[in-house]
Amino acid sequence: MSIVGTRVVRTEDPRLLTTGAQYLEDLRLPELQGAAYATFVRSPMAHARITGIDVSAALDEPGVVAVLTADDLDDIPESPPGREPLLAKDVVRFVGEPVAIVLTEEHYQGEDAAELVSVDYDELPAVVGVQQALTDETLLFPDKGTNVLSRGGAKEFDDEAFADCEVVVERTIVNQRVAAAPLEVRAAAARWADDRLTLWSSTQNVHGVRDELTGKLGLDKKAVRVIAPDVGGGFGAKIGADRETVVVGWAARRTGRPVRWVETRNENLMAMSQGRAQLHTITIGGSRDGRVQAYRLDIVQDCGGYVRMGGMLPHLTMLMASGVYDLPRVETAFRSVVTNTTPIGAYRGAGRPEATAAIERAMDLFAAEIGMDAAEVRRRNFVAPDKFPFTTPTGATYDTGEYAKALDTVLEAAGYDELRAEQRRRRERDDPIQLGIGVSAYVEITGGGPDAGETARVSVHPDGTVTVWTGSSPHGQGHATAWAMLVQDELGIPMDRITVRHGDTDVLTEGVGTFGSRSLQIGGTAVRNAAVEIKERARELAAEEMEADPADLVLDLESGTWTVRGVPGRGVPWAQLAERAGPEGLSADTTFATDQSTFPFGAHVAVVEVDMETGRPRLVRHVSVDDAGPVVNPILAEGQRHGGIAQGAAQALFEEVSYDEYGNPVTATLLDYTFISAAELPSFELVPMETPTSVNPLGVKGIGEAGTIGSTPAVQSAVVDALGHLGVRHIDMPASPERVWTAINEARTAQ
Amino acid sequence: MIPPKFAYRRAGSAEEAVSLLAEYGDEAKILAGGHSLLPLMKLRLAQPEFLIDIGRVHELSYIRGEADHIAVGALTRYHDLEHSELLAAELPLLAHASGKVGDPQVRHRGTIGGSIAHGESASDVPAVVLALDGTLVVSGPSGVREIPSSEFFLGPFETVLEPDELLTEIRLPRPASPGWSFQKLTSRAIDWAIVAVAVQGSSVGLVNMGSTPLRATATERALADGASITDAAARAAEGTSPFADRNASPEYRKHLARVLVRRGLEEAAGRAG
Repeated sequence: MSIVGTRVVRTEDPRLLTTGAQYLEDLRLPELQGAAYATFVRSPMAHARITGIDVSAALDEPGVVAVLTADDLDDIPESPPGREPLLAKDVVRFVGEPVAIVLTEEHYQGEDAAELVSVDYDELPAVVGVQQALTDETLLFPDKGTNVLSRGGAKEFDDEAFADCEVVVERTIVNQRVAAAPLEVRAAAARWADDRLTLWSSTQNVHGVRDELTGKLGLDKKAVRVIAPDVGGGFGAKIGADRETVVVGWAARRTGRPVRWVETRNENLMAMSQGRAQLHTITIGGSRDGRVQAYRLDIVQDCGGYVRMGGMLPHLTMLMASGVYDLPRVETAFRSVVTNTTPIGAYRGAGRPEATAAIERAMDLFAAEIGMDAAEVRRRNFVAPDKFPFTTPTGATYDTGEYAKALDTVLEAAGYDELRAEQRRRRERDDPIQLGIGVSAYVEITGGGPDAGETARVSVHPDGTVTVWTGSSPHGQGHATAWAMLVQDELGIPMDRITVRHGDTDVLTEGVGTFGSRSLQIGGTAVRNAAVEIKERARELAAEEMEADPADLVLDLESGTWTVRGVPGRGVPWAQLAERAGPEGLSADTTFATDQSTFPFGAHVAVVEVDMETGRPRLVRHVSVDDAGPVVNPILAEGQRHGGIAQGAAQALFEEVSYDEYGNPVTATLLDYTFISAAELPSFELVPMETPTSVNPLGVKGIGEAGTIGSTPAVQSAVVDALGHLGVRHIDMPASPERVWTAINEARTAQ
Repeated sequence: MIPPKFAYRRAGSAEEAVSLLAEYGDEAKILAGGHSLLPLMKLRLAQPEFLIDIGRVHELSYIRGEADHIAVGALTRYHDLEHSELLAAELPLLAHASGKVGDPQVRHRGTIGGSIAHGESASDVPAVVLALDGTLVVSGPSGVREIPSSEFFLGPFETVLEPDELLTEIRLPRPASPGWSFQKLTSRAIDWAIVAVAVQGSSVGLVNMGSTPLRATATERALADGASITDAAARAAEGTSPFADRNASPEYRKHLARVLVRRGLEEAAGRAG
């Protein structure tokens, strides 16, 4: 029986749960002995001109090794104008922006010394929020003449699209800014020796970090080695090298001393890339029988103080705008603006959750307007199963999908009709605790794309053990378990003899990384292909060994031995073949790439109770179908769904990064940034469904972001639905108790 | 997240703590559970030059039944209050409210005295002590004084405690009326209260309804005048001026006070039988 598809317990966990992970700050390597500790001097102002920096007092402080500013960056290529610099030179554009780096002998000396770096700021008006940015009254980059740094999609909207719709609903909704907030904050360590930089980074992609370092420091690719130890979460915000990481690498070369850096939680919540931050104007039109004829999504993306991914994210949002629906007319456009806030980057879903949130709100608004059940309206507009591959009006080509089946399955599992009956009963008796039912259906894009391959090396050693190297460097996903399962499945070598390694650019010189729900379908396929390649070479070797025709050789997956067909009792084990192959054993390097993406989909039902007196919502049930094709290990896939649903529910109910009118972050501690905990969540009800894709040999799609994408609109919708009988149609996220209470009051006043 | 330099002294007894306070005066802070002070120091919002650690002054950790009151040592942790059999029998309001503070880690470190001396109006226990008509026992260089809890809190993080005084004991009279309730509305389980209400009989304490913990005096007066619970609770926000913050506007807090006071009085009445 194949191990693939079975519930193998994560092999990573015994170590993580006993001796613990080796996160970056845990590293006690000889190469890092005598390292100086880095502390960044950060801007306390959201927008200001730097008129002078005096480092002399800090230099006099005990233990200070060096204090370096933008003026010292004279030995590397200059940052192109208008781009995010490594250290701020003339202007700071968000609170927390790095202005100088202080190196001290001991970690604890850093903050005292950093306080003594005297920076003169000439305060400029702060631009906070996209509405203010769009006025262009204050410009972050005056040379550009506007805060709108990129735009795309329809040049002009065509109102004719809605002319023959019986019903048209328009609404502006907020997809608020959230923080990635991984449990392990950002960290790096660097050593310059023998004209070579070795940099340890808490990252999702060592190769991307290396390439940024080589570019920004003007180094040859061979002169940089990047290593990722255990990484405690990233959620997209640890893709690539942040400016601090580059500066740490540079400082090690500049001072000739190893340098290590770990940020504080406070810094993390001010300076790590944040996510979402889109303002949507949605327009939806259709007929009273529930057919949607036209949909428009107008996006304003807040990029923060610099354009990291803020120019790219709305493209993904536009691409996925029509979601699971077969809509005759779809119009999209975006503007990306800069504001004096933390820059925006990738965050679990990165552009796609925003698309789903918008279309799902639109479907709810449309359903409410025509008085039709929210699930029924969705059912009437799904892309039909016989239409795949299906190309949307925005240009995405969906590979496979069973959207109606996903919805019907989740409704059945949730007991939708009974939930609606219970809702009716509570409404009839004016129960102080009302019930809300939220339904969402989603499709997202994962995996492929130009240049988006992944590398793998599988080596069978003469002692019969196997090492798997993967270019897809994990940070909690469980690659060590899943990759070993794939290799056992191909080679018949038990997974306890298989070691999975990752995160070193000197071993696998090329690779891409773990993000965008790509690992299994691209990286896993590369591993599987390497194993298949090894099998074919082993067949030749076994044929030589046994003096038989290769075509007659059979690999017995139970015993992990090669036998000749029809000749019982004689088998050659892997170890013998590896030895025969030479001292290096049997090894194969592969790259798997596909320019075709996969499109996981699903449907969620959230059930929320709202205390009608206080407004406080409580998520009491969450049921989901998340179809990402065949499941290699249900434990891993369910773990991804659990975390995803939790993070998605958190956006709907709790999380929001906010700033005061001066651009000061008011959510820069975990007291104020309220991410979700188990106490706020019910036990999830996960319903299996597997629709394979033909894009890769495993038939799999990505599952990493699915939970987040489906849950946010379902939970938001459930809160609104609890108040539907009062006429409430929308509440912006997060649906805090006061926001819900306000909506109740306004609806009652209007009645 | 690394505090500035400070000197640290560990007190072996309450007496030693008081004499250290006398020595270091204005520049010193008492460190008990540390759950309010240390985060402020790490953010450099508080920068005391001296910390006097009373964390091992075990003589200040007790819950005792005295003739006419319950005596609670200032260093008693929330966890111990929550699980005290004596409190469960005699002051279930305090035991229950203590179990609602923060999370288990906070409750294992945080102390009743620290919470009161810190003077944070969003803390749960000070309003409970107010509702229970507690008395605070304070030691200073000139001896011991007893302060009614109604006179203790002056403003945000401000109490009548002098810089050289140490809060040593909280005395709580046995309640005349057994009905009690603690109503706390938070966003997440571990959050501070947006508003909380402590009810013992017809005494009502309010959490986070102004710059200090408060009594809902208008409600209490109305009850004394024979008003119904509903009518009395409708006056719960009278005389309060709660803050606006990310969680709530003043109007919302006032509304919550009325709702939670009504629920609290109803539950207390139900418990009283």
